[in-house]
Amino acid sequence: MSAPLKETAAVPAQRSAGKTPLRPGDSRTEGVTLNVFSHGFLALWALLIVLPLLWLVLSSFKTDAQIGGSAFGWPETWSLDVFSRAWDKGIGDYFLNTVIVLVFSVPLTMLFGSMAAYVLARYRFWGNRLLYYFFVAGAMFPVFLALVPLFFMVKRLDMLNTYQGLILVYVAYSMPFTVFFMHAFFRTLPTAVYEASILDGASHTRTFFQVMLPMAKPGLLSVGIFNTLGQWNQFILPTVLMQPQSGDDPERYVLTQGLIQLQQQQGYASDLPVLFAGVTIAMIPMLVVYLSFQRQVQAGLTSATLK
Amino acid sequence: MRKGQYRFVAGFLFVPVALYLIFVIWPYVQTFGYSLTDWKGQSQTFKFVGLDNYKALFQDDIFMGAIWHNILFLVFIPVITILLALFFAFMLNAGGRGRAGGVAGVAGSKFYKVVYFFPQVLSLAIMAVLFGAVYRSDSGGMLNGVLIKLGLVDAENPVEWLNEPSLVLWALILVVVWHGVGFYLVLFSAAMQSIPRDIYEAALIDGAGRAQSFFRITLPLLWESVQTAWVYLGIAAMDMFILVSTMTSGDYGGGPDHHSEVMATVMMRNFLLYGKSGYACAMGVIMLLLTLIVSVVMLRATRRDRIEF
Repeated sequence: MSAPLKETAAVPAQRSAGKTPLRPGDSRTEGVTLNVFSHGFLALWALLIVLPLLWLVLSSFKTDAQIGGSAFGWPETWSLDVFSRAWDKGIGDYFLNTVIVLVFSVPLTMLFGSMAAYVLARYRFWGNRLLYYFFVAGAMFPVFLALVPLFFMVKRLDMLNTYQGLILVYVAYSMPFTVFFMHAFFRTLPTAVYEASILDGASHTRTFFQVMLPMAKPGLLSVGIFNTLGQWNQFILPTVLMQPQSGDDPERYVLTQGLIQLQQQQGYASDLPVLFAGVTIAMIPMLVVYLSFQRQVQAGLTSATLK
Repeated sequence: MRKGQYRFVAGFLFVPVALYLIFVIWPYVQTFGYSLTDWKGQSQTFKFVGLDNYKALFQDDIFMGAIWHNILFLVFIPVITILLALFFAFMLNAGGRGRAGGVAGVAGSKFYKVVYFFPQVLSLAIMAVLFGAVYRSDSGGMLNGVLIKLGLVDAENPVEWLNEPSLVLWALILVVVWHGVGFYLVLFSAAMQSIPRDIYEAALIDGAGRAQSFFRITLPLLWESVQTAWVYLGIAAMDMFILVSTMTSGDYGGGPDHHSEVMATVMMRNFLLYGKSGYACAMGVIMLLLTLIVSVVMLRATRRDRIEF
């Protein structure tokens, strides 16, 4: 691969008097081979991503015997029955639990995160930097470090296996990234607008909610999507905090937890189509969010690493 | 006026700081204290035992094996993921008919990015179910099915991907790589696009080929993103809890016979199953220390390379 490349590299110097001084004569053929080569690899990886996912969705239409028999073969029937069966078997509850938690936790995360970030970004007071680093540092530590005392903290507050407990914990653990990102965002907003608002007699609180927050919409959207995905996919925190505490304490599993629960039960009651249908149901909202906010999702998630 | 401002600042900070203190900072701090006790979690009383938990940890073969597995993950996951992501990012951005030898993306590069990135938005729980099915130990598993069709694996005794001590770690690494390549590809791709075209043009005038322009221009200018990717993948390799605990055998995973154990699974088992809270806290502290060491070492090690260019 590298040998012919070097040859081409040497060519332009000699041919610089030709018609196309900056393009060596064989650049086109080289381009074509490289193009075929790169397309081949790119397409292969795309297939490796798509095929297992499609295969799993397809498998949910098969029967249990079919799934165990061979990896290939089409489903005999295309009945959507399995999805309603999965929904009734717990996926519906898990889905609902996740939605209930996120409906509160994401807006609260954004509200409290923005409030703290805004004050830290735009007001000078003693301990400002310290507090900022204190928030951002939380992102550095593995969550495992806190798990044991966190469990007993939530227990003491009598919030184990409750929605409000998980909501508060989600909000708290989303603070580092939210504060970090919104802090950067609020700093870029023009001071003039803020001053005009204050001069017009608006209070600080009002300026925040009616002037600054609306201006920060693009940032709120990116961070909001990031937090939605992160909290939707969270597994470790609910595993520790959302276990039924006694016999008559109902299960309040979230979706990730429930899927794993279903998977572990496969040893006893084999109903793989239901499990696969459950995964399909869990994937659909993510697919919708991803495809509709594709640009923000990619930007939001990758910017999270660039601190 | 100023007084009002302070009241406003305090009012805005109160709830976020309180939540953060109660649920994040205080538990972090407490872990260190509890790790020095023989607390079992059930009883309210516990004794101070000094460094006993840590001493026990270093004699715990399961935990030491787990550290070793984390180190293996730490070596292979970042290397494989970054190489693949760099390769694909280069193909996407420079694989097209490169008039300037540099940043002419291939046709459909947007489509590829959308597809590659998608696994990243799925939860690891979904990964666990998906790859559980892919790795099935009979002809119904995707991998075994394909290999049997190709005649590479005997249909009578297919490969037990997740129950073979020598294979299970590789099977797990493959899942992480599959999940992560798209993400780092997008990261590298964005960085590649921000490299000014004139640099490539100048290199071309000087007679640089594709390979040269990649190694002499693209890679050095991308180094910061590679460094970030390295640290993040390193931190992910120190965790691995979800995949190991759900895909491998045993309570909280780690099977077969502790061959895929990682620190996090040992810790969770000790805490949730055996109720050894103090001991689990000591493991948490060790995990923190190792993660910090890994981040610092990786930043240092990659920084030296950067100066060479």
